[in-house]
Amino acid sequence: MSLNANIPSGPLTQKWEKHRFEMKLINPANKRKYSVIVVGTGLAGASAAASLAELGYKVDAFCYQDSPRRAHSIAAQGGINAAKNYPNDGDSVYRLFYDTIKGGDYRAREGNVYRLAEVSNEIIDQCVAQGVPFAREYGGYLDNRSFGGAQVSRTFYARGQTGQQLLLGAYSAMMRQVGLGAVNLHARTELMDIVIVDGHARGIVTRNLCTGAVETWAADAVILATGGYANVFFLSTNAIACNVTASYRAYKKGAMFANPCYTQIHPTCIPVTGDHQSKLTLMSESLRNDGRIWVPKAVGDKRAPGDIPEADRDYYLERMYPSFGNLSPRDISSRAAKRVCDEGRGVGASGYGVYLDFADSIHRLGRGTIEERYGNLFEMYERITGENPYTVPMRIYPAAHYTMGGLWVDYNLMSTIPGLHVLGEANFSDHGANRLGASALMQGLADGYFVIPYTIANYFATAKTAKVTTDHPEFRKAEAEVRARMQTLLALNGKKTVAQIHRELGDVMWEFSGMGRNDAGLRKALERVPVLRDEFWNNAKVVGQGEEMNIALERAGRVADFLEFAEVMLHDALDRKESCGGHFREEYQSEDGEAKRDDENYAYVAAWEYAGVGVKPVLHKEELEFENVKLQTRSYK
Amino acid sequence: MKLTLHIWRQKSAKEKGAMATYQVDHISPDMSFLEMLDTLNEQLILNSEEPVAFDHDCREGICGACALTVNGVPHGPEAQTTICQLHMRKFNDGDALYVEPWRARAFPVVKDLVVDRSAFDRIMAAGGFVSAHTGGVPDANAILIGKDAADKAMDYAACIGCGACVAACKNSSAMLFVGAKISQYAHLPQGQPERKRRALAMVAKMDEEGFGACTNLYECEAVCPKGISVAGIALMNRDFLRAKLTYVETKTGGA
Repeated sequence: MSLNANIPSGPLTQKWEKHRFEMKLINPANKRKYSVIVVGTGLAGASAAASLAELGYKVDAFCYQDSPRRAHSIAAQGGINAAKNYPNDGDSVYRLFYDTIKGGDYRAREGNVYRLAEVSNEIIDQCVAQGVPFAREYGGYLDNRSFGGAQVSRTFYARGQTGQQLLLGAYSAMMRQVGLGAVNLHARTELMDIVIVDGHARGIVTRNLCTGAVETWAADAVILATGGYANVFFLSTNAIACNVTASYRAYKKGAMFANPCYTQIHPTCIPVTGDHQSKLTLMSESLRNDGRIWVPKAVGDKRAPGDIPEADRDYYLERMYPSFGNLSPRDISSRAAKRVCDEGRGVGASGYGVYLDFADSIHRLGRGTIEERYGNLFEMYERITGENPYTVPMRIYPAAHYTMGGLWVDYNLMSTIPGLHVLGEANFSDHGANRLGASALMQGLADGYFVIPYTIANYFATAKTAKVTTDHPEFRKAEAEVRARMQTLLALNGKKTVAQIHRELGDVMWEFSGMGRNDAGLRKALERVPVLRDEFWNNAKVVGQGEEMNIALERAGRVADFLEFAEVMLHDALDRKESCGGHFREEYQSEDGEAKRDDENYAYVAAWEYAGVGVKPVLHKEELEFENVKLQTRSYK
Repeated sequence: MKLTLHIWRQKSAKEKGAMATYQVDHISPDMSFLEMLDTLNEQLILNSEEPVAFDHDCREGICGACALTVNGVPHGPEAQTTICQLHMRKFNDGDALYVEPWRARAFPVVKDLVVDRSAFDRIMAAGGFVSAHTGGVPDANAILIGKDAADKAMDYAACIGCGACVAACKNSSAMLFVGAKISQYAHLPQGQPERKRRALAMVAKMDEEGFGACTNLYECEAVCPKGISVAGIALMNRDFLRAKLTYVETKTGGA
């Protein structure tokens, strides 16, 4: 299978314009004849469902949560980027494009990223029109702040709840369409599989999480906006039920999985306290604007932070990266934290923590300003840790947060299965090997509001597939497989809970495929994951019935897929013998410990094709072509 | 810590529920309340019993999924804190805790501690939006919004839709929820064109879904994890009354 990214020809700045003109349209009266299934109702899914329904398509939207408003986009704190250049500090579409390509360590497509930067401004306009209450200045103009990995202030925000406000904007736009009858909403309904008819994605199999009913749905196209797979690490900042199932099921049906090893470890999370921990909580990166990160200079310095004088503190990011300092990109900041902790200079009971100290900012700006900027985050920190960050520095440590890898898509956001489109975090397309802060919200909404509404019309107009119904044998077959798998899961009656095995998987993945990776470790992990998978199928325990709400069964299905998917991730990490962005191979680093890319041999997208459970997938390469940006060593010094 | 838990168990919407008693020990003060329930569920599964179903997802206090009462108080004893963010250090060794689902006619129990809050979504579909379709909107700075107005709108927009307000109210009123959404838009220029229509539609839907009226006890505000003010209810009532008296929907024929 050859990978054609379908990037339009011509100059970078005209690609999207040209493509929009060249794509075929569906006339307004005919749109209602086309139906679309949208799975996931986060930023990408809700914005797509709303926009497609507004255009006249018949939309069915699915989410596993009890309400679409609870999708995990809601938890994004810091902000959303756009190239508005309102602060007059030198920003432009080209600079946002350039920063994103560079931030992604030159492993993203120029064409996609330029389009993202181009539509970024429209997103802000759209959200404001919906009544999203972004932060404003007294004069009534929008306020901006700077964010990790950028030297301009291009981030729009709504206190520390930007994701919530953007999602509620997209959700309300979608609910308007639900009220108008243009979107059929299916909450508490989880995707179990994807149905392919004659090579095209034509529907899905779902399980109603309240009644256990297994159902099938047919449509003319399927959109997956089902988020990332950071819960493969068990502990991550993702919501508890975030899972890889939709992407993984698509992968098993022939969609290629791109760059699964590109995972983002976020530098500012609350450290782990014990084995009971079910998830990790992020403290917005925006805190790094005013907080200074440090550890004691001496190994084993157990004094209280307030008792450690300036001379004995190491503000290591400011020291190592003077021009970006505490605002260095996420991957760099995370690795630096790991390094100082591995040296024995970490703080807190576990020794895996660094200080994020606001004393200087409070002194400079006053407590009131800090409270206004970060009040809700400080409260959240105190609730979780029992410590007051206004008087004692926060303790933070990196945690798995976001996954840049995802299903391979072309410029039209279509996977290698015709008709199967993938949006938001679930695709791989725009962030390369590392995502910059405040870029995830931008991409999710760009895909849903401003890309898929155009490209899906072109698909309908060119694919011209015949109508199918759920009576088609492929639907019956897929449904039977789902039912059989459920029965197998329900029959598991071993001695371990699914959560225990998931935690063990997470330990393996974090140790060998987390912030640092090496050949020997990855090989070890590739031996251990199949053992865990066997243990799952032989010794896990699932209770209850299929025809009711069954939280044990839900979890078992998700973990079973993680146990297969983990291997794909490991193979990718092992195969990519370079360090880039979030993928840090310890063998490939400079003398001062920085990531060493190998552009000659690895400037490609690794797209993996399923070859069987436990079998190494087949690698397909999409070479990345850089016509505008010169590949450089990423330096934030 | 050791705790005695009295938890509402109900197999399904159709069957009757009852309190069941469980003992948990080795509870760390650093655990969240839901991690404490996780511990119980692990224990139950290993004993071949069904785990206690409860709604939760982000566990950061923002998705609004978690919804249970502890000793009769929605989201438990700590002010402005969802149950997922409540940590066990707020309890004492040997405590007996009563854990129940939201109780309201409009929120029927699905199973154990899980209730159906889709009525909130239907209220939103009735009018909780600005009718701005994708594309063709003005530049974000074209319409100025003073900081005070934007901040006020944000105070109300912070609602997470958890439904604690309904659970705390003896009338099961959803007015804090609806008032918050109406007030968010009422403070913004973008919300003005549909202001009256919105108030009428959302209030009508709220009544239709079986939520009760407000009798000014402010229990809702007291339990709201986001500190939404009951001033939003007053604004909603004013907008509703004004709309009821003055709003005439214009119907124009097609051409």
